Amino acid sequence: MKLNANIPSGPLTQKWTNHKHEIRLVNPANKRKYDIIVVGTGLSGASAAATLAELGYNVKSFCVQDSARRAHSVAAQGGINAAKNYRNDGDNIYRLFYDTLKGGDFRAREANVYRMAEVSVNVIDQAVAQGVPFAREYSGYLATRSFGGAQVSRTFYARGQTGQQLLLGAYQALMHQVSLGAVKMFPRHEMLELIVVNGHAKGIVVRDLVSGKISSVMADAVVLASGGYANAFYLTTSGGASNATAIWRAHRKGALFANPCYTQIHPTCIPVSGDYQCKLTLMSESLRNDGRVWVPKKAGDKRPSKDIPDNERDYYLERIYPAYGNLVPRDIASRAAKRVCDEGRGVGPGGLGVFLDFRDAVARLGKEVVEERYGNLFEMYREITAENAYETPMRIYPAIHYTMGGLWVDYNLMSNLPGLFVVGEANFSDHGANRLGASGLMQGLGDGYFILPYTIGDYLARNEVKRPPSDVAEAKQAEQETAQRLNKLLTIRGKRTPVEFHKQLGKLLWDNCGMAREEASLKKAIQDIAALRHEFWENVLVPGSHDDLNMALERAGRVADFLELGELLCLDALSRAESCGCHFRTEFQTPEGECLRNDAEYAYVAAWEFAGPDKPAQLHKEPLTYEEAHMAQRSYK
Amino acid sequence: MNSIRKVFGTAVGKKCGMALTGVFLFLFVVGHMVGNLQVFLGQYAINHYAQLLQSNTGVLWSLRICLAAVALTHIYFAITLTLENRAKREVGYEVKELVGASLASRTMFISGSVIFGFIVYHLLHFTTGTTNPEFMTFKDERGWHDVYRMVQTGFSNGWVVAAYVVGVGALGLHLSNGLRAFCQSLGWRFETYASRIDRAAVIVAVVLFVGFAIVPLALFLGGAK
Amino acid sequence: MKVTVRVWRQKNAKTPGRFVEYEVADASPDMSFFEMLDVLNERITKQGEEPIAFDSDCREGICGACSCVINGEAHGPEKKVTTCQTYMRSFQDGQVIIVEPFRAKAFPLIKDLVVDRSAFDRIIQAGGFISVNTGSAPEANTVPLPKYHSDLAMDAASCIGCGACVAACKNTSASLFVAAKVSHLNLLPQGKPEKDPRVLGMVQAMDEAGFGSCTVTGSCEAVCPKGIPISFISRMNYDFIAAALKLRVHGRRV
Repeated sequence: MKLNANIPSGPLTQKWTNHKHEIRLVNPANKRKYDIIVVGTGLSGASAAATLAELGYNVKSFCVQDSARRAHSVAAQGGINAAKNYRNDGDNIYRLFYDTLKGGDFRAREANVYRMAEVSVNVIDQAVAQGVPFAREYSGYLATRSFGGAQVSRTFYARGQTGQQLLLGAYQALMHQVSLGAVKMFPRHEMLELIVVNGHAKGIVVRDLVSGKISSVMADAVVLASGGYANAFYLTTSGGASNATAIWRAHRKGALFANPCYTQIHPTCIPVSGDYQCKLTLMSESLRNDGRVWVPKKAGDKRPSKDIPDNERDYYLERIYPAYGNLVPRDIASRAAKRVCDEGRGVGPGGLGVFLDFRDAVARLGKEVVEERYGNLFEMYREITAENAYETPMRIYPAIHYTMGGLWVDYNLMSNLPGLFVVGEANFSDHGANRLGASGLMQGLGDGYFILPYTIGDYLARNEVKRPPSDVAEAKQAEQETAQRLNKLLTIRGKRTPVEFHKQLGKLLWDNCGMAREEASLKKAIQDIAALRHEFWENVLVPGSHDDLNMALERAGRVADFLELGELLCLDALSRAESCGCHFRTEFQTPEGECLRNDAEYAYVAAWEFAGPDKPAQLHKEPLTYEEAHMAQRSYK
Repeated sequence: MNSIRKVFGTAVGKKCGMALTGVFLFLFVVGHMVGNLQVFLGQYAINHYAQLLQSNTGVLWSLRICLAAVALTHIYFAITLTLENRAKREVGYEVKELVGASLASRTMFISGSVIFGFIVYHLLHFTTGTTNPEFMTFKDERGWHDVYRMVQTGFSNGWVVAAYVVGVGALGLHLSNGLRAFCQSLGWRFETYASRIDRAAVIVAVVLFVGFAIVPLALFLGGAK
Repeated sequence: MKVTVRVWRQKNAKTPGRFVEYEVADASPDMSFFEMLDVLNERITKQGEEPIAFDSDCREGICGACSCVINGEAHGPEKKVTTCQTYMRSFQDGQVIIVEPFRAKAFPLIKDLVVDRSAFDRIIQAGGFISVNTGSAPEANTVPLPKYHSDLAMDAASCIGCGACVAACKNTSASLFVAAKVSHLNLLPQGKPEKDPRVLGMVQAMDEAGFGSCTVTGSCEAVCPKGIPISFISRMNYDFIAAALKLRVHGRRV
């Protein structure tokens, strides 16, 4: 298979503009003849659905939650990047582009990243016009703050609830379109299969989670905005409903899955406290603006933090990376934390934690200022740990947070299956091997508001395959397969619950394909996961029936897909014999323990083709070439 | 929404109706209290005040009709809202903690009903004299209705005094939340004023309660000559 | 710690429900309330029975999915938190914990503790937005906005749409939810052009969805996980009256 990324010609700065001139348009009167399915209502899904409806398309929007407003984008805390240069600190589109590309360790597609930086400024304008209450200065103008991996202050925020506010903006735009009849909303509906007709994605099979009814919905194009697959790791910061079923089902139907091993570890999460936990809680990266990260210099130092004098503390990020200090990118901060914990210098129960200390910030700024900036995060920390972070330092540890990998898309955000578009975290995206803080919101909204609505027209205008009726043979077959699969899950009646399988998969992935990976353990993990998958299909216990709300059944279906995806994740990590961004292979590191990239052999996007449940996926490579940026060894020193 | 009736048909509109009628009744109650307190200025003052009111038949009756109409509207809104609201939860809770809700706010309908009962009794007692026909025959040396003697006699009975204290007590409770709800419903209880309005409502309610209750209590205990 | 959970079980809207008691002997004070239910659900599943259905997603108090009334209080005993942020340390060893769904006619029950809150979406559809099409936005810093107004709008905008206000209100009024959205948008200059139809439409939609009226008890603000004060309801009423008195909004009689 030849992968064509359809990157427009011309200089980098002109590609998107030229492309917009060149792509086909759909006449306004014809738009209403097209039906578009959007799966997921997070930032990218809601913004795409609303914008497509504004353009005149008939949109059908699906989400598993009871309301579109609850998609997990809501939980993003810190902020959204945009190259507005309101601070006059030297920011511009090129710098945002370069920071993002460098932050992603030169494993992202250059043209996509530049476009994302270009539209970032429009995203802020759009959000403000929608009434997103971004933080303001006393002058009434927009405030910004700094985030990891950048030396300029370009992150816009709404207290610690930026994701929520941006999502509400998109959700409200979506509800507006629903009120106009341009969008039909299907909450509590889960996509369980993609319908492919004549090689084009033309519909989905959905299950009404309340009535259990399975039906096919046909359309002229399908947009997947179903988020990432981090929950394969079980203990993550994702929401309980976040799952990979939509993208995995599309992958099984032929869509290529790109860079699955690029999974991000967020450095500032609250450490694990017990085996009953089902998720971890993230503390915004913005805390690293004022908090200082440290561990005791001596291994095994169990004194309370306040009894450890300054000269016995190791502010290791400031020591190793003086230029960026506590604001190094997430992958660097995470690995540094793992390293000091591996040295036995970790703090808290189990020694898996480092301090994030606000003592100096409180002394410098006063408690009121710290409270105004981070009050809700300190409050959240107190609820979970019953500790007061104004007095004792927070304890943090890295956790899985985001997945840069996802379905492969071309410059038009269309996968290799014509008619299947993938936006937001669900695509393999613009972040390369590591995502910078506050870039996820930027990408999701950029895709949904400003990119997909243009590029989808190019596909529709070609009119290659007409929308088939919902009783087309392919749809009936997909429905049947879905029903059989659910039935099978319900009739195995084994001994172990879906959650137990999920937990075990998560542990396998975290131990072997987490912050550090190596060949031997990856090989073993692939075998173990396959064995676990086989056991699952013989020994899973799903009570209840398929014809009403059955949360155990929903979970079982998602875990089944995670089991297949987990294997691919390890396979990708194994095949990428280099370290880059969040993908850290212990065999490939610099003497200081940093990532050692191998640009000669691995400067490509690994796009995997599904070959069958027990056959290894087939690798296709999209080479990454850089016209503008120079691929350099990342340094934050 | 295409008519003012529809506006008042919404829950918010009905609450505005409650607030507007309520504040009219409140103003009347304040006037009534000021009038009552003249009993402490002696027989002439209170009887003269009563005479003044009764001699202006036109004014008196228009006021009475107005009051009755407003009170009935207030009651109408109260009953319809309460009935509507009760129907909005078909299955109740096994346990219900009314967190954050003051006693006064939870019992507006009950305190309102007590006030209604009390008003009926009060009208039969001092206005029409149905319960005590002799009250209407009391005349002072000027030939005016001897209100002073009427209340003095009326409040010599402990049960009557108790009924009045309970009645005006319900009024105080009702107003302590009612005044705040009035500001809330008409949209004046903004952030900055909210807690001040709440405090002021309680203070005004207490003042009214004391202002009303002091008359029967004082007369019963022989405080006024 | 050991607790007894007395929880409402109901197969679906048509089947009558009842309380079922479960013992949880191995709870830890550091567990969240839902983690305790997860442990219980695993046990129930292992016995081949259907686990207790409850809505929950983010588990960090922001998505607004969780909707339990615990011992008579929406979102449980702690103030300014959601059910998912309620920890077992808030309960005593040996305590009986009564768990019920949000009860309101406008929130029909789906199963166990799961209710249908789509009425909130319908209210937002009636005006809870600023109709700015993608692409037509002016430069973000064109209109400066006083910090006080921006902060106040953010206070209102922090509503997570969980519906605890409805669950706690003796009248099942959604006034706090509606007021938070009306205030958020009406306070901003961007929201001004649609101020009147917004408040009129959303108030009407609230009635049509079957919510009760506000009698200013303040229960809603006491249980609101985001601490949204009822002064916003006053703002909504103000805007409503101002709009209603105009009688003509956007050239149309209201």
